[in-house]
Amino acid sequence: MINLLEVNETNTMIEQEKLDVRTITMGISLLDCIDADLDTLNQNIYEKITRVARDLVSTGQEIEREYGIPIVNKRISVTPIALVGGGACTCPEDFVTIARTLDAAAQETGVNFLGGYSALVSKGMTRADENLIRSIPEALASTERVCSSVNIGSTRTGINMDAVKLMGEIVLETAEATKENNSLGCAKLVVFCNAPDDNPFMAGAFHGVTEADAVINVGVSGPGVVKHALENVQGENFEVLCETVKKTAFKVTRVGQLVAREASERLGVPFGIVDLSLAPTPAVGDSVAGILEEMGLESVGAPGTTAALALLNDQVKKGGVMASSFVGGLSGAFIPVSEDQGMIDAVTRGALSIEKLEAMTCVCSVGLDMIAIPGTTPATTISGMIADEAAIGMINQKTTAVRLIPVVGKDLGDTVEFGGLLGYAPIQAVNPFGCEAFVNRGGRIPAPIHSFKN
Amino acid sequence: MKKTIITVVGRDTVGIIAKVCTYLAENQVNVEDISQTIVQGYFNMMMIVDTGRSSKPFGEMVSDLETLGDEIGVRIRCQREDIFTSMHRI
Repeated sequence: MINLLEVNETNTMIEQEKLDVRTITMGISLLDCIDADLDTLNQNIYEKITRVARDLVSTGQEIEREYGIPIVNKRISVTPIALVGGGACTCPEDFVTIARTLDAAAQETGVNFLGGYSALVSKGMTRADENLIRSIPEALASTERVCSSVNIGSTRTGINMDAVKLMGEIVLETAEATKENNSLGCAKLVVFCNAPDDNPFMAGAFHGVTEADAVINVGVSGPGVVKHALENVQGENFEVLCETVKKTAFKVTRVGQLVAREASERLGVPFGIVDLSLAPTPAVGDSVAGILEEMGLESVGAPGTTAALALLNDQVKKGGVMASSFVGGLSGAFIPVSEDQGMIDAVTRGALSIEKLEAMTCVCSVGLDMIAIPGTTPATTISGMIADEAAIGMINQKTTAVRLIPVVGKDLGDTVEFGGLLGYAPIQAVNPFGCEAFVNRGGRIPAPIHSFKN
Repeated sequence: MKKTIITVVGRDTVGIIAKVCTYLAENQVNVEDISQTIVQGYFNMMMIVDTGRSSKPFGEMVSDLETLGDEIGVRIRCQREDIFTSMHRI
């Protein structure tokens, strides 16, 4: 029998510690929409998305109401568009029409973001891949809800340095194309290494080709809950600390699992995975940085930060895997700068540099995320940062990603406001020394020796 | 049988239980268990109810109870039991 204490604990977690289900993402395969005629292709895509995801938002709201748990985002991910549009699109402009169709479908279904305007080019680029990549700045500037990602490397294939070079330029072009809006386009563009097929978190979500026709993935949240739990074990040793994180992660994940099961049943769409990531928001008390500081750091960025993050990530996974049989996606802790008040404060007080953030990405779930840099940063420097991050992912057999925002017209000392869940960020210093000759070499970085795991 | 947990939290006053129970009775919701305490002057109640024969759709009942709570100055939440069982029971 349920008791009053447990009910109160759950409701305190929801109301005061900001426990929520961060996202229900419906993955939809568009492979059956493929047509050689661009108009027919666009029609097929619009028709399929609006049909399959028709009840997604209303079902999400129903579940929210019945269980009293907020579900912050309802989203859609689709098959990487470079694969879908390859037959019909002969130039970047053709791909942009698909982006507009996706935007219209997202609007019709009421989801706030739709991911999958993507290309997977870890080993090489097809003509379609290149056209899609070149269309990204225009696609993101002329749509509101479409998110884009490009996978440029993996442990098995190595790193496609031609794509890395190109992406440095594309990030800058996207910043320029959306300069009226604080270069917001870059917040919707992720460059991955080892991208998972089932990630429910934007902007990097897409519906991989290994997935079923439609699937429901859920991303949980809960940094506030973990921080609160740690407040009760101040001064205790690491064993107690780890046990506390683990137990809390278990509870948080169980809620995600429940929501995933309900959504999947009600929508008649199979359940895919629960993503265990701790995802912060700019709201006070919902910060991953807050957890790390609660462990005993004066500020995020101080020595010990990487160890604290490694510990957190590992315990979240240990607690979470028992709570759900299907865990996937990125599953770890997100450390975006602009979306986490604690990170913003750490950058502002000079405690957290991009180099330290990069070190932290060795043990976190994603990578350099939502970091604002000067708009004058050269494309090759951005490519260099992408290459560094991809190398971390490739060698350590983990997913890494880069979401840098070179804000046009802003420089060190300025702050840029993105609004909503995307938050705000101080412009951070980038190493002034170039890497042009390195990036311009082109070709591929071969796969590491441990790719031969047969 | 669908079990639902209703929680009422707020400053203690006369007639809270009566008003909530009247609403439930009017809508064919059966009360199976009530536990209630006063913590530091705050009224704290949990009810386990069966909404299997309820005459109202669940969503409507949630908002009705919220409105009722606003009227008597307490916070009333109405949630399906599963969220608590899945979180606290292995």
